Amino acid sequence: LAHGGGGKAMRDLVEDVFVSAFYNPETGAMEDQARLDPTPELLNGGRLAFTTDSFVVDPLFFPGGDIGKLAVYGTVNDLAVGGAKPKWLSASFIIEEGCEVETLRRVAASMRQAADLSGVAIVTGDTKVVAMGAADKLFVTTAGVGVIPPGTDLGAHRVRPGDVAIVNGFLGHHGAAILAARGDLALETDIASDCAPLNALMEAVAKAAPNLRAARDATRGGLAAALNEIAASAGLRIVLEETSLPLKPDIRGFCEILGFDPLYLANEGTLVLFVPPDEAEAALAAMRRVPEGRDAAIIGSVTEGTAGRVEMKTLFGGSRIVDMLVGEQLPRIC
Amino acid sequence: MQTEEIRVRGLVQGVGFRPFVWQLAARFGIRGEVLNDGEGVLIRATGDQLDDFCRAILEEAPPLARIRSLDRRAIDLDVSPSGFSIVETKGGTKRTGVTPDAQVCSACRAEIAEPAERRHGYAFTNCTHCGPRFSIVDAIPYDRMATRMRAFIMCDACKTEYENPADRRFHAQPIACPTCGPKLTFLDRQGAPVDGDPLTLAAETIAAGGILALKGLGGFHLACDATNEAAVTDLRRRKRRPDKPFALMGLDLDMIGRHCHLTPAHAALLSEPAGPIVLMDSRAGGDALAPSLAPRLSVLGWMLPTTPLHQFLCAALARPLVMTSGNLSGEPQVIGNDEALEKLSSFADAFLLHDRDIARLLDDSVTAVVGGDLRVLRRARGYAPAPLELPPGFADAPPLLALGGELKSAICQISDGEALLSHHIGDLEDALSYSEFEKAIEDYARLFGHRPEIIACDLHPGYRSTAKAQEIAAKAGLPLLQVQHHHAHVASAMAENGWPLDGAPVLGIALDGTGYGLDGTVWGGELLLSTYRDVTRLGSLKPVPLPGGSAAVQEPWRNLLAQLTSAFGRDALPLPEGSDLQERLASKPVATLLGMMEKGLNSPMTSSAGRLFDAVGAALGLAFDRVSFEGQAAMELESLARLAVQPSDTEASDAHGYPFALLSEDDLARIDPAPMWRALLTDLADGVPSATIALRFHQGFATACADLAMDLARRHGAGAIALSGGVMQNALLMELLLDRLADCGLPVLTQRQVPANDGGLAYGQAVIAVAQALAGD
Ligand SMILES: [Fe+3]
Ligand SMILES: [Mg+2]
Ligand SMILES: [Zn+2]
Ligand SMILES: [Zn+2]
Repeated sequence: LAHGGGGKAMRDLVEDVFVSAFYNPETGAMEDQARLDPTPELLNGGRLAFTTDSFVVDPLFFPGGDIGKLAVYGTVNDLAVGGAKPKWLSASFIIEEGCEVETLRRVAASMRQAADLSGVAIVTGDTKVVAMGAADKLFVTTAGVGVIPPGTDLGAHRVRPGDVAIVNGFLGHHGAAILAARGDLALETDIASDCAPLNALMEAVAKAAPNLRAARDATRGGLAAALNEIAASAGLRIVLEETSLPLKPDIRGFCEILGFDPLYLANEGTLVLFVPPDEAEAALAAMRRVPEGRDAAIIGSVTEGTAGRVEMKTLFGGSRIVDMLVGEQLPRIC
Repeated sequence: MQTEEIRVRGLVQGVGFRPFVWQLAARFGIRGEVLNDGEGVLIRATGDQLDDFCRAILEEAPPLARIRSLDRRAIDLDVSPSGFSIVETKGGTKRTGVTPDAQVCSACRAEIAEPAERRHGYAFTNCTHCGPRFSIVDAIPYDRMATRMRAFIMCDACKTEYENPADRRFHAQPIACPTCGPKLTFLDRQGAPVDGDPLTLAAETIAAGGILALKGLGGFHLACDATNEAAVTDLRRRKRRPDKPFALMGLDLDMIGRHCHLTPAHAALLSEPAGPIVLMDSRAGGDALAPSLAPRLSVLGWMLPTTPLHQFLCAALARPLVMTSGNLSGEPQVIGNDEALEKLSSFADAFLLHDRDIARLLDDSVTAVVGGDLRVLRRARGYAPAPLELPPGFADAPPLLALGGELKSAICQISDGEALLSHHIGDLEDALSYSEFEKAIEDYARLFGHRPEIIACDLHPGYRSTAKAQEIAAKAGLPLLQVQHHHAHVASAMAENGWPLDGAPVLGIALDGTGYGLDGTVWGGELLLSTYRDVTRLGSLKPVPLPGGSAAVQEPWRNLLAQLTSAFGRDALPLPEGSDLQERLASKPVATLLGMMEKGLNSPMTSSAGRLFDAVGAALGLAFDRVSFEGQAAMELESLARLAVQPSDTEASDAHGYPFALLSEDDLARIDPAPMWRALLTDLADGVPSATIALRFHQGFATACADLAMDLARRHGAGAIALSGGVMQNALLMELLLDRLADCGLPVLTQRQVPANDGGLAYGQAVIAVAQALAGD
């Protein structure tokens, strides 16, 4: 793909790749702006949720996903963990000169499929082609609008001592898959990204556990970051059980060799949620009935005590502080 | 006849100072009074022999006293005093110092052994020269009601002693006797009290090969028979502590001397009131001890009985005892009875408890004698909270708090021209240790009435102490100074040796595990030109990757691979075909690590000396796969090297060992181990004994560091050479360095009271922050 020289014809070609991929009979052709009708929830006192995120990933295609899926599910999940039903997405593309049109077609198709799977429509967007080196192949930005049903209010402020923390599945697969895909690590591994939409799962839990307190997707910074954010804004302490963390042996092995801690590896289809203890079993059962929650597990609980602290009871009965990583992972051991 | 007011400052309260002055007054025919106040001890004296009196105060001070200054001025008294009196403590105290705890003194030891004495066999006997202090204090001034002894009402007999200035127990705040003092109880492993004499039952538990949890001075100990291999391995298994050496307790110097090489310096150190653990060479023939006390290590740590309680157990059993901290591995020692029953029930077969509370956790201190000097490796019970003097130029230091590092955490307060380095706290990743750290910050602030105006911490953005410092500074609106790790190590050695604030720059050799460098890489083998204010990195070990980050700190083979790849390239590792080493490496995911290092994936560059020791240890098969405690590979390497040192044979220590190369990169001198590796692998292939290889490495490394340091010191006009960093705990390396630096014509500053490891960081951070603050004025 050439920048500038191709002129209008080229820009049209690029736009067409996306417009045709995202065409949706209900929302019609992509215009300069999308015009959205209020849903029944909105008319009954529901609220809008609105979020945006940019996606840069190397490589663009990796086991279990690609940048397009990531861009759709990332925004869908940011809406879903707030209790919103994701409805509409925008998508913007910064394309580095030289990026293959075929690559764009694959990304667009993947986004369309991801949108269909999670029940959202991509209703508006934009493309820019920039000079070689001004971007790395392809950057994608999505924004999303969702609808929060009347009466739903999820957030860290609702978390209480005694609440139970549940994750929906195995940890660390996205981060590990990306690192492995960068190649040359001589690792025999079929670790794939966990990249998945979590809105169906959230709806199932909300139904089964009416007092669901809060949920957070464990993306960058991993489960550790998600838990620390909740602990800090709730002003409470979260205690994990190391023995309860859902970890696949291949992730354990991967982390051991590379020296990573799975608690800090990124996930793209993993969330942690908090429910009152008497709804924990119902929430767990509901999660396990959804494909994205098949491996759900209770990993810990919320207690009074040092506010903002996340601790993990280790295999041997000790207790270790799980804090946020600052900058790169440099050893703290002297 | 003169009249003077004599002011004595230092650790002079709660140590029997006033009765001591009272007795001297009687000796020199002096009239007047002595009292404690907020600044120390104040004496008003009238007499003819005031000079002799003052000299005797300085020369004969009680064992636990530490006099910082004695000032005299002439005064007029309206009424001439008729006698000499001890005046009750006045209010308005601020910082008068709390003395450290002291092990049982010889007078008390003799007393409890004497059947006619009323304290015969009493486990809580103490006097003004010994017993609990810092471990039971809740507030200052140091008065019985401000200690955990407030729960016990003195009986008449004790009260008489307490009030008699001629008595050894005059104003001994923890004074106690079998009638009125703390009592022992013996419980089985389920926590049920058992009838009978608790001490006898406890001794029987140990004699039968069991493990006893007992409440000591600063925390719980786990004790067992050190001559019973089954008991020792049992303790290892229960504590999940496969290799880390256990500390030992011996009844007296005779018993200890039968099992190790005990020099007069060691004996003096063991007998100090502090009662530390002293590391000593295990003597060949000490085969009565269980072999698994310290696998593959040539030193063992010993202490004398800390309290009468320990004394009775040692005497009853008449053999060395393992005396290790009562805790889950990595957690702080337990100090409460309930906590002990809950946490130690899986380790202990029985409990020996008592009803005197411990106010704060104080681990056993660990010391060694290296190069003829005492070296404190872990500063805790018996040493904390004795203040440390600051060098000339620091008198106007603003009150300041430094929070230290991440491992071996300790904090340091500066006030009134003194530094107060806290007791050893622990590793901050452990949640309970971190709570102890937060507690210590508040505890020391309250106890010593300290309100910092500046906060200092390490430069590492991920240290939990850094985050805490940022939090404190932000909350209180105080300036925060982040100090480079190895600059702090070097400054710590400078300040401890009284190097003046405006003294010439010092060439610091900081040999360490890892610390965050000024360039954002991981440092640890550094030659730094330092003043208290500034630091310039002049040289270092050649950086190599640390494949896997902290995984490489746990697994020595990773460092071996990184070192060999750096020396020879990834495709040309000159490992003897079919050798042990080649086979062991082949069993590891070498290709993955090579890929990681090439791509820089979780492989930060490091100039660490500790990791070089790990790599050499791994090459000799020591802790190749993984260390089970910090510094294991390096400690085993030192022990191995010592096997090749012949005390009579000076040739070994004169030898220069393996060669290192010197590179120059961007104005930095880099010590390159490549030639050392070539020589080492050749020796290995030739079947040279591994002890000889280990020694040659130590010799070569010491030579390389010393030569470069002397050259840099000369070229940059340094006024001294300072040695610091955790690797300096390696006594052999330290001795070799001292030997090679002996003729350099510059003073060599080493650490003694302040640990060379990260336990001394806070002290170094504090003096650097002071210097910067004073420069800013
Ligand atoms: Fe250090
Ligand atoms: Mg987001
Ligand atoms: Zn005594
Ligand atoms: Zn009494």
